Amino acid sequence: MNLRKYLKVYKKFLHTSLASELEYKTNILVDLITAILSLVGSIFLLSIFFQNNGYIGGWKFEQALIIQAIYTILNGITNTWFNPNLTEIVKHIREGTLDFVLLKPIDSQFFISLKKINPSGFLEIMLGFLLLFFCIRINQINLNLSFLTLSFITISCSICILYSLWFFISTTTIWFVKTWNAIEVLRSFLYIGRFPLSSFSFTLRIFFSVFIPIAFITTIPSEVFLGLSVFWKILLEIIVATIFLINSRKFWLFALKFYSSASS
Amino acid sequence: MISNLINRKIFTLLKVQYSNMLEYRVEIALWAISGIIPFFMLNIWTNNNLNESINISDTLLSRYFLCAFFVRQFSVVWVVFSFEEDSLMGKVSPYLIQPLNPFFRYFAQHLAEQITRFPFALIIAFFFFIFNPESIWIPNLGILLLSIVSTFLSFLIQFLIQSIVACLCFWTEKASSIERLLFIPTLFLSGLLAPVVSFPAYVKSWIYLTPFPYLIDFPANLLSGNETNISGGLIMQILWILILFPLFKKIWSEGTKKYTAMGS
Repeated sequence: MNLRKYLKVYKKFLHTSLASELEYKTNILVDLITAILSLVGSIFLLSIFFQNNGYIGGWKFEQALIIQAIYTILNGITNTWFNPNLTEIVKHIREGTLDFVLLKPIDSQFFISLKKINPSGFLEIMLGFLLLFFCIRINQINLNLSFLTLSFITISCSICILYSLWFFISTTTIWFVKTWNAIEVLRSFLYIGRFPLSSFSFTLRIFFSVFIPIAFITTIPSEVFLGLSVFWKILLEIIVATIFLINSRKFWLFALKFYSSASS
Repeated sequence: MISNLINRKIFTLLKVQYSNMLEYRVEIALWAISGIIPFFMLNIWTNNNLNESINISDTLLSRYFLCAFFVRQFSVVWVVFSFEEDSLMGKVSPYLIQPLNPFFRYFAQHLAEQITRFPFALIIAFFFFIFNPESIWIPNLGILLLSIVSTFLSFLIQFLIQSIVACLCFWTEKASSIERLLFIPTLFLSGLLAPVVSFPAYVKSWIYLTPFPYLIDFPANLLSGNETNISGGLIMQILWILILFPLFKKIWSEGTKKYTAMGS
């Protein structure tokens, strides 16, 4: 019964935010062109890297394209859900409107993470899937059930990790008030996800798998696609994703204890 | 007399904005950190020995990327976002009454931010040298002055382009999505992620006619001591400013006629 209530509320969220976003139709077109150009740009950059080399960190060009595709899908998801909602937290806290959210008879994390939606991100997700299908063809990957489940599991875990990272940083706003610059820092780190982890030096590799698990987000799903994945890596990703999700929840509840409203 | 007045105005604006920026030291430090993408790119280049194919030594390449980081730090522009917010909130109206073009205000804001940012950029450079001690060098005074000039010119070009986009706010409310679109070619073609010399020939044939390589690649090459056409680069920078400035004046005068004072 609870789940049904949340589904119903989410439907309303979708309806209202889509209605308000569709007011700016040209904006959506501009965003689509931006997404296409940005994909073209990163493939161009990748082609510069592969100009005179067959392999980068043990990955061929066709294989590295899979990473680009998965990055594009995840970036689309970020732009559709995480970015519009979690930048809103900053506003809620600065203007004290978080009070209204907390008073509602609904889970505050649910409300704050899913209230808004940016439809132009959908186009980016579709673009990513197109590239992914193209990659599946050129890499001659056989689609079978176990492969599909594994890739579904790993990509879902990536989404969970990504969400938790965004949510962690947005939550710190409760203490520091203006942290949207920290989000920029996260964004620039996430940029690393466009390239195979093995193309970086050892220290950076450690940094990006232990401190900020960007390595897990794109590299492991891509390895699943190429059939290179090892069982323990997938298991590790599931564990990391669970830890991140649980902690993001705990952190939010912990941070709320320190929330002291604004201008009152 | 008139020049004296303008000087005093600019000086006051700078002083006000500088003390304003000093309030947000943490934010500016985070901004500085979010610009470290060039170092990740350097890591990919040197870790995979990609620089051998373009005949740049490791040391020169690391200097190039360090300089690219510096040039980027001192040519970041965000007029569109400030102006869009001010225009949506109706703050532009009082600015328009003042006997000073509001863009001077934004200009002073940017300069003040750069001064605040300088120590943070130096700290990051210091850490860079700890990890790459072999790339320490001291450019001679003439080159240093020239590269400061060209970095400033690069900042001016970007400031003018963004101001032109910002003026579109008079027509479309959400000009920032156009800016995000323009940022993509800036990101990939300016030399922030890969030096322009490494680009394939079919891009190199036309890229030097666009403003992009003069934004980061040219000043960074100049400062790092890589081969570059100094006078040609400076002339092109000035040429672009001469093209963009009248365009900005035109769109500004058209826009203010169209202005309908939002939010009041």
